[in-house]
Amino acid sequence: MLARHAGKITGIAAALSPVGGLTGCAGMQSALDPAGHEAQELYLLFLGMCAGGAVVFISVVSLLIYAVHHQRRVHSDRVVARLILWGTVTTVAVLTVLLTFSLALWPGLRPVQAEGQPAIEITVTGHQFWWDVRYQTPDGQAVVVAANEVRLPVGERVFLTLESADMIHSFWIPALAGKMDMVPGRSTHLSLLATRPGVFRGPCAEYCGTSHALMAFSAVAMEPAAFTAWLAARRMPSPTAQAAGLQAFLSNGCGGCHTISGTEARGKIGPDLSHVGSRETIGAGILPNTVQSIARFIKEPDTIKPGVRMPSFRMLPDEEIAGIAQYLKGLQ
Amino acid sequence: MGFRILPKEIETLWTLFTGPAIWAVHFLFCYVWAAIYCAKRDQLQFGMVFVRGGIGVATVIALVLVAAGGYLAWRQWGFGVNNPPHNKPTEDSRTLFQGFSTLLLSALSFVAVVFTALPTLFIQACWP
Ligand code: HEC
Ligand SMILES: [Cu+2]
Repeated sequence: MLARHAGKITGIAAALSPVGGLTGCAGMQSALDPAGHEAQELYLLFLGMCAGGAVVFISVVSLLIYAVHHQRRVHSDRVVARLILWGTVTTVAVLTVLLTFSLALWPGLRPVQAEGQPAIEITVTGHQFWWDVRYQTPDGQAVVVAANEVRLPVGERVFLTLESADMIHSFWIPALAGKMDMVPGRSTHLSLLATRPGVFRGPCAEYCGTSHALMAFSAVAMEPAAFTAWLAARRMPSPTAQAAGLQAFLSNGCGGCHTISGTEARGKIGPDLSHVGSRETIGAGILPNTVQSIARFIKEPDTIKPGVRMPSFRMLPDEEIAGIAQYLKGLQ
Repeated sequence: MGFRILPKEIETLWTLFTGPAIWAVHFLFCYVWAAIYCAKRDQLQFGMVFVRGGIGVATVIALVLVAAGGYLAWRQWGFGVNNPPHNKPTEDSRTLFQGFSTLLLSALSFVAVVFTALPTLFIQACWP
């Protein structure tokens, strides 16, 4: 009997405790499970504003209850005047505290880049409905082109320049930082500092067309050494760039839109496929990266993403598509 | 019996807007000043400290003006001797009403000027 109750109570306690109650908020796309410095600040802002809002709410409801209970008793003019005066003063004081608290977090969200301090610079360009990602190598000598995936080293500041090729998109990795719009014709900026390794999800956060909801990317926070090695490897073409399947890729005109470094494919309309096999996902965060889903994307991109800027290749024999998919998956 | 096209005395409401007008000018100054600095900072010889200082000086001036306007309104309201609402169709009542309203708007403008200037305490640089 007692044991049964104890079990129930533990369950309720778990549901009410901050940890138990918030486990549903953990995950790869949660601002309530911060994995970056900026996200941590925003989480603090969220908690502070919730606490402030709770205080305001409880005060207003208490006053309401008080008013309802004292409906018949009329206060004197003096008391009413005092109530109005101090009510206004308290409101202004509460707003000032909350405003100052939120503004004080500002420097942490818009960190000033110290002179001469090396930072990793990444330019991300939003397209309907995918992301072009360019890394400036630390020596400033080369630009590494990738797509639909942003990799960054843990513990190092990353400066992002955000652009758009067509519509207004919005770049947002909830677990790492706040969001920033990508506006055609101008550059916006965002600063990131990942504090723990992991794979996070970034959705497009501004309606940009039919498949807006199917436009996402993965953000991979890596140990700095692993990141440096990864970036160095990305400067080279994939070792399998000339493997079987390239011929079918080129003869079907894929190279008119896609680039695969180390081959004749130099198209600029679609995502760079030089190392597509190693991405976390296919189709900008929509499908798991497997040979089957690559094949499906080639065959019916318009079914997977309505309004997509890639023609479907339904007319190709299945074996040919499978061959191309196999080849693309091999590009690591 | 004299005939007038215009009444002898025009009662004006304009003083009512002293506070909000000062707030608006201060607001514009803060934003335009910071925006121009951030756009042209490469050609300018001074740093962000100067911008923040300028906003600080403008804020002090604005607050003094708002407070002075508020004092005049308080005087017009008879230093709070009479209680609102001043809703009789008499000249006295109108004067008191205007004084009281101006006083309240001055208080609002004072807070608004402080809130407009508050970010200056924290901003350290143009972004990016
Ligand atoms: C008219 C230009 C065009 C042609 C031709 C084209 N593609 Fe694409 N492709 C795109 C665009 C645009 C996207 C981005 C789609 C999206 O996610 O919104 C894309 C996406 C892809 C992706 C997913 C990439 C990723 O990072 O997830 C693969 C794989 C792909 N294309 C393969 C091919 C193959 C194979 C061919 C030839 C059979 C081909 N494409 C022909 C424009 C084209
Ligand atoms: Cu979008």
